[in-house]
Amino acid sequence: MNRMPQSVESVKLANESDATAIERTLAGDRDAFRVLVERHSHSVFRLAYRLTGNQHDAEEVVQEAFLRAYQKLSQFAARANFGTWVYRIAANYSIDLTRRKRKEDARRETPAISTQDNPELDLMEMLPDTAPSPERLAQSLELRGQMEQALAALSHAERTAFVMRHWEGCGIEEIAAVLNSNSGAAKNTVFRAVQKLRQMLAPFFENKTQARAVGTQS
Amino acid sequence: MKHFTEEQLIAYREGELSQRHAIANHLSRCEECRAELARIEAVLAALDTLQVPDPGEDYGRRVWQQIAPRLPERPGSWWRAWFEPRRLAALGAVAALILVAFIAGRITKRSNPGNTAENREQVRERILVVAVGEHLGRSEMMLVELSNADPKGSKQKQVNISTEQRRAEDLLEENRLYRQMALQEGDAGLASVLDELERVLLDVAHGPQEVTPAQLEAIRQRIESRGILFKVRVVNQELQQRQQGVRPLPAPNNSQKQERNKV
Repeated sequence: MNRMPQSVESVKLANESDATAIERTLAGDRDAFRVLVERHSHSVFRLAYRLTGNQHDAEEVVQEAFLRAYQKLSQFAARANFGTWVYRIAANYSIDLTRRKRKEDARRETPAISTQDNPELDLMEMLPDTAPSPERLAQSLELRGQMEQALAALSHAERTAFVMRHWEGCGIEEIAAVLNSNSGAAKNTVFRAVQKLRQMLAPFFENKTQARAVGTQS
Repeated sequence: MKHFTEEQLIAYREGELSQRHAIANHLSRCEECRAELARIEAVLAALDTLQVPDPGEDYGRRVWQQIAPRLPERPGSWWRAWFEPRRLAALGAVAALILVAFIAGRITKRSNPGNTAENREQVRERILVVAVGEHLGRSEMMLVELSNADPKGSKQKQVNISTEQRRAEDLLEENRLYRQMALQEGDAGLASVLDELERVLLDVAHGPQEVTPAQLEAIRQRIESRGILFKVRVVNQELQQRQQGVRPLPAPNNSQKQERNKV
């Protein structure tokens, strides 16, 4: 019978705006922060998963992002919306976490086969230099593996820019803020990411002879 | 026929507005560019098939349960942070300045008993002048050090700016207080410079701990393009002049504030 009060409470929570929840949290009502956590957890998880590439790290990022957001809530100043702000914290923490893990991996592994030591490594060199065949295209598992590798081979900035733009639909200004750069540079980073992904996945999608030379305008 | 570049086609696909009409027109006539765009689309569509696992409907609730025990009573608990050892020195300096200003105010009050309200205002202004001057000096030092964090000439791929970040966080708290004080004092010029400084401090404090030389350069350019170092220097210099010039305490000088508004 205690379902009713719970549902009334959850409706109340769902209707509360981010601004009101922030105001209440800052006034000392710690539970008001729960509204923000429950509302934004899924989208932050999606971003974190795409940036880190695994569930465990993504969950760590989500928790850490909300902890940091809570600790710095008094600095929030309502200039941006909360979702964007927590996104930015999560993206930055993802970059730090991935970088830290890569360093740890680099210490453990032998450098010969590690693509993670060199994020700029061109995956094309690792792929067999043959024209695509229907069988190969059918090997979706292999393609999936290559796509994950291609994403992992992007630099932190390129991956962040690509994920935010392509999957999360973020604006260029928002991406620039996360990358600590200007909008021109952010646009360029998105382009570089798409271009690299194309190059790395080219054997699966196109005959190399079909691909136009990069940047030609004849 | 003049074809569009891969970059332009990607930008078009991403919804970029510039040349949109021209590209759309061209695509309707050019098979080669259409094929190129289709190849770009194919790669992106394949990438879209990479699934993100569903963390479950109750994920938000689980996150809350995991972090709730780790949250302090109040967000930011800024007063606790101020008592961290690294901030005690700064706190002590600010407290000493306030005490000096208070004593100075008391002495002036005795010598001019008929003018209490004006003196009180002067004391407040004195606090603002001295404390903000200190704050701007430290901010300037941090920004200069950040600008001079030089990876050039070395093979360094990442530059660690965690020290500057911690200092930016400390300065951020102070900056907010001083900005509010300046607004209360009606000093719009000072409040505006502090507001700009706050944005830069926010950028530094919330950015990654390690940045690439390119990112560092972007931070530098942002500092430079806003002219924030120059503004901080000018305001700080003016505050120092005011500090030297207010013995005995003069009436608040609106013309100085107006001048600063021009910076």
